[in-house]
Amino acid sequence: MLLLVAMALFALGLIGVIVRRNLLVMLMCMELMLNGVNLSLVTFAQQTGTTAGAVLVFLIFVVAAAEIAIAIPIVLVLVRQRRTLDADAYTDLHG
Amino acid sequence: MSDAALLNVVLFLPLAGIALLVLVPARSEGTIRGVAFWVMVVQLAATALLYVHYDATVSGLQFETRIPWIPAWGVYYQIGLDGYNILLVLLTAFLGPLVVAGAFSAITKDIKLFYAMVFLIQFAMLGTFVAQDLFVFYLFWEAMLIPMFLIIGIWGGERRIYATIKFFLYTAFGSILMLAAVIYLVYSLRTTSGVTSFAFADLYRTQLPLSVQLVLLSAFGLSFAIKVPIVPFHTWLPDAHVEAPTAGSVILAGVLLKMGTYGFMKLGFPLFPDATRYLAPLFMTLAVVSIIYGACLALVQNDIKKIIAYSSISHLGYVMLGLISLDLIGIQGAIIQMVSHGLTAAGLFLMVGMIYERCHTRELSAYGGLAKLLPVYSVFFMILTLASIGLPTTSGFTGEFLVLLGAFKASWPLHVAGDSLPLVLAGSAVLGVVLGALYMLRFAQSFLFGKAKAPHEPVTDLNLREKLILAAIVVAVFALGLFPNEPLSKTELAAKEFQQRVTSVAIPGGAR
Amino acid sequence: MVLTLIVLLPLAGFFANGLLGDRLGKPFVTVVGCGLPIIAFVLAIKSFLVLLAGGGTPIVETVFTWARIGGQSFDIAFWFDRLSAVMVLIVTGVGSLIHIYSTGYMKQDKSYARFFAYLNLFLFFMLLLVLGRSLLVLFVGWEGVGLASYLLIGFWFEEADNARAGKKAFITNRIGDAGFLLGMFLLFWATGTLDMDRINAAFMSPKAPVVSASLVGILLFIGATGKSAQIPLHVWLPDAMAGPTPVSALIHAATMVTAGVYLVARMSGIYMHAEGASQVVAVIGVATALFAATIAVVQTDIKKVLAYSTISQLGLMFVALGVGAYSVAIFHVTTHAFFKACLFLGAGSVIHALSGEQDVRKMGGLARKIPVTFVTFVVATAAIAGIPPLAGFFSKDEILWFAFASERGGSLLLWAVASFAALLTSFYMFRLVWLTFLGKSRMTPEVEHHVHESPKSMTGVLAVLAALSAVGGFLSLPHFLEPMLPLPAVPEHLHPLETPLLIGSIVIAFAGLAGAAWFFGNGAVRAERMRQRFAGLHRVLAGKYFVDELYERLLGMPLCWISEHVFLRTGDRMLFDGTLHGLAGLARRTAGAFSRVQSGNLHLYALLVVAGIVAGLAWSFRFV
Repeated sequence: MLLLVAMALFALGLIGVIVRRNLLVMLMCMELMLNGVNLSLVTFAQQTGTTAGAVLVFLIFVVAAAEIAIAIPIVLVLVRQRRTLDADAYTDLHG
Repeated sequence: MSDAALLNVVLFLPLAGIALLVLVPARSEGTIRGVAFWVMVVQLAATALLYVHYDATVSGLQFETRIPWIPAWGVYYQIGLDGYNILLVLLTAFLGPLVVAGAFSAITKDIKLFYAMVFLIQFAMLGTFVAQDLFVFYLFWEAMLIPMFLIIGIWGGERRIYATIKFFLYTAFGSILMLAAVIYLVYSLRTTSGVTSFAFADLYRTQLPLSVQLVLLSAFGLSFAIKVPIVPFHTWLPDAHVEAPTAGSVILAGVLLKMGTYGFMKLGFPLFPDATRYLAPLFMTLAVVSIIYGACLALVQNDIKKIIAYSSISHLGYVMLGLISLDLIGIQGAIIQMVSHGLTAAGLFLMVGMIYERCHTRELSAYGGLAKLLPVYSVFFMILTLASIGLPTTSGFTGEFLVLLGAFKASWPLHVAGDSLPLVLAGSAVLGVVLGALYMLRFAQSFLFGKAKAPHEPVTDLNLREKLILAAIVVAVFALGLFPNEPLSKTELAAKEFQQRVTSVAIPGGAR
Repeated sequence: MVLTLIVLLPLAGFFANGLLGDRLGKPFVTVVGCGLPIIAFVLAIKSFLVLLAGGGTPIVETVFTWARIGGQSFDIAFWFDRLSAVMVLIVTGVGSLIHIYSTGYMKQDKSYARFFAYLNLFLFFMLLLVLGRSLLVLFVGWEGVGLASYLLIGFWFEEADNARAGKKAFITNRIGDAGFLLGMFLLFWATGTLDMDRINAAFMSPKAPVVSASLVGILLFIGATGKSAQIPLHVWLPDAMAGPTPVSALIHAATMVTAGVYLVARMSGIYMHAEGASQVVAVIGVATALFAATIAVVQTDIKKVLAYSTISQLGLMFVALGVGAYSVAIFHVTTHAFFKACLFLGAGSVIHALSGEQDVRKMGGLARKIPVTFVTFVVATAAIAGIPPLAGFFSKDEILWFAFASERGGSLLLWAVASFAALLTSFYMFRLVWLTFLGKSRMTPEVEHHVHESPKSMTGVLAVLAALSAVGGFLSLPHFLEPMLPLPAVPEHLHPLETPLLIGSIVIAFAGLAGAAWFFGNGAVRAERMRQRFAGLHRVLAGKYFVDELYERLLGMPLCWISEHVFLRTGDRMLFDGTLHGLAGLARRTAGAFSRVQSGNLHLYALLVVAGIVAGLAWSFRFV
């Protein structure tokens, strides 16, 4: 049951990243994906009775925090240049 | 020092020359030119010494060096002189100082880099000729591409980028195919005899079925055919020649093109004898087509460099004809023709360079009556033109006569036995001498005779440096035309070996 | 060493005059340029005496080996037998005379040194040609005289036409040379050597070589056609008149053009067994003789008349060769050298006297003004016409006799055509005499005022040559050459006809003289009327049967057109480069298509990442 919730969280996050154009919303969806994974890990830890899953969740918290700490300033700098949060505006690295 | 060591010195001297050049400040142009020239002269002297020491009565490699390099792959650093490469090495060393001296007044920017590139090419060309290990050979073969690319691309004419990229990609394409063939060849040797080796001596002993030989010969042959160049793989040559600086053209026509014919002679044909014999009519046809097509195209050009470029295609057709005739006289003729073309084409390109420096145009119609304006120039031009069309007493005659005689000797018995194609081809090749006279004399006619005109008049005749360069070439041309027996004696054993390798029928399963 | 010296002396002259001539001045050039050929002539006489003393055994000098390949060697060697003796004496003798003449003719020319350098170079190559033992040495000389001819025809190269004439000569020669080379190759394959004496021996031996003598004969004859200006390769000789007149005399009358005759005579061993080839030789010879003679009748340039006359006489020599009378052909070569050189040098003297005028319509009445030239010219004309007892009579009569009677191809038809050509010869040569020297002057007053006899260097030579033309017939060369070039057999029943035919020849000669006098005496009124009556025929003849135009249309233009349009535009540009550019374009377009994935669009990237992961997962789960 909880696994389904975790899968749903992950799927919603994934779809959100692909579909939404607002950079901040994309970041929030990525957080959603991470939390979905966290939930599934905790669920597995509880189901199998081991602690490995829970430990991994702590690792993910830290990495996620660090990632958000970097990602949001990047978005801030980008937005300061272009003055828009639309992801489609940032296509300079095309071939 | 021993002769083998001397050969290594000759080979690596250009690299030492680059090191020397690095030390010279870019501003002292005279010193740069001097260093470049004298390094080349020393190389020539050393090569001449090796030539004199070469024993014509011994077959096989002389002055050999064989050092293990990548033993796990069977790669050895192996170089040596034999009848196949002795004349070509001498030609390369001979043209070295002439190229450097010829560029003194033509190249005025980035001189250090230019001479460094010339040295690098010299190193690569010599390496290709003296390499006796296929890995080493391939390395040097590829190594020649970059310096040539840069020489044409930096110091060339207006369409130099197009020309140099065309040259590079076309040649590299062939080389890639050759690489695949090389790897497969060594692999075959390993599976059939258990020996992992890139050495020529070992590779000659591979016994491959005809179908495999055909594929490999096509790969090797394509790479060499692009280099020679044989029609229809020739279109890079006119562009490359026209856009290259004079020194570049001289190197290209003088030596680089011979790498293709050398490749056929040393590797392509002897490694795959059954396929060679099978495809001999095709090669012969392509050779004769090159002779006639090149000549016809030279007839209608108005750019003086293009005329000589197309004449090169025609001349090298004779070389291929001589090689594929598989007749000893034809093979010897092909070797002489290689050297002869190297000399005459180099000389003619040098002369074009000299007039271009004075008048800044390559348009044939812009010139006329140069025999009156530049008498000394005209004399040299006439001599080189006549050598180019094979006037007896010049090297061109020696080459063409022996090639045609060999081709004819090989094709007449076939005609008597019922196969007339070789005879028709040989007969057409004889027509090549008429076409040769046609386009060169048309060139000479417009250039030297008639009403005198040249852009940027008054034009000065040759200075001492230019006279000495051309005199050196003319002397070599006549030496080869009047006394070819001496060089021929040095290449005779190699020619015999070549003939034997290609004409002997493979003994199934047994050793050669 | 004597033979080598004979050959090398003119070469030394070439280098000396070429490199130092301009600096050391005209006297140096004169001494060296004339002196060395004269010394060569003296040495030739010496060798001739040695030869006679030895009863005719050939003198052989091997100089060095040019190349040795696989056991077969190509040597540079010289060979002096009766035939060589005759040729060398002509080349050095008449050659020296013409050199001396040139000192007067070219005195005012600023390229005096260059002229003598080239003349000496020519002599060197010509001697190589006639003294060579192997076909290789002969070929070196053969091509070399072609080179010298090219340089000398285009000597005054500032006129583009002169250079063009030189180029035409070289190219036409080369076409012949292609045939020559094929013949040489065939001989080498069949006999294993290029030494002419050994080849002849091989063909004369009972075990004949494996190759058809006729095939070889025809191939060698193609070469001879080019060099000796026979149909169809005759077109270069009239244009070659653009060169200075001594050149025309030496190269295009006395020596180089006879090289083809020499070749066939030298290779008589082959031709004696080549009936087919001999027939071809005779037919082409007589056709050329007639063809050229008809053109000569209407030419108005004094040198062109002589040029066509040379072509015609060469044709007669080939007739002799074709019927097996090799020594008679050589006899005619000798007498022809004498009188044709005299005629050309005489023409040169006329041109010199008239300050450059060459059109006979603007001459006339010169007999008294330049008497020495006139007398020598008339003597030479009588010789060529065949008036006894001058030289031409003897040689031409022998040719006509063997054309009729030889067992190896002589026939009535051959004799008739040849005799008609002889009649025309006499006619047009005397026409030349009348128009140039006799009658009323048609010169411009300017020219007439400056008419003067030539200097002694020129008239002296003319006198010597005229004397030789007069008495040369008594040399009895066929008898001298008999041991090595036997005369062909004549059927018994034809023998009594020899004297009537002889009388016939004399009648022909005088008929030509009479005809010329009839038409061209009295101000050439009757000739003018004939010309108007047969205007069409006249135009064809004056246009040289439009052969040059035919060649241009048939060969020249198509070759250039094919080279330009088929090979260059269609082949090189469209096909080969087009394929290359097509491939490059393909690469560029493919790369362009692929690069559209790199849109910089984040969402696309994300989608692709996810799609890739899903696909990978699906792939890895396919067995689950």
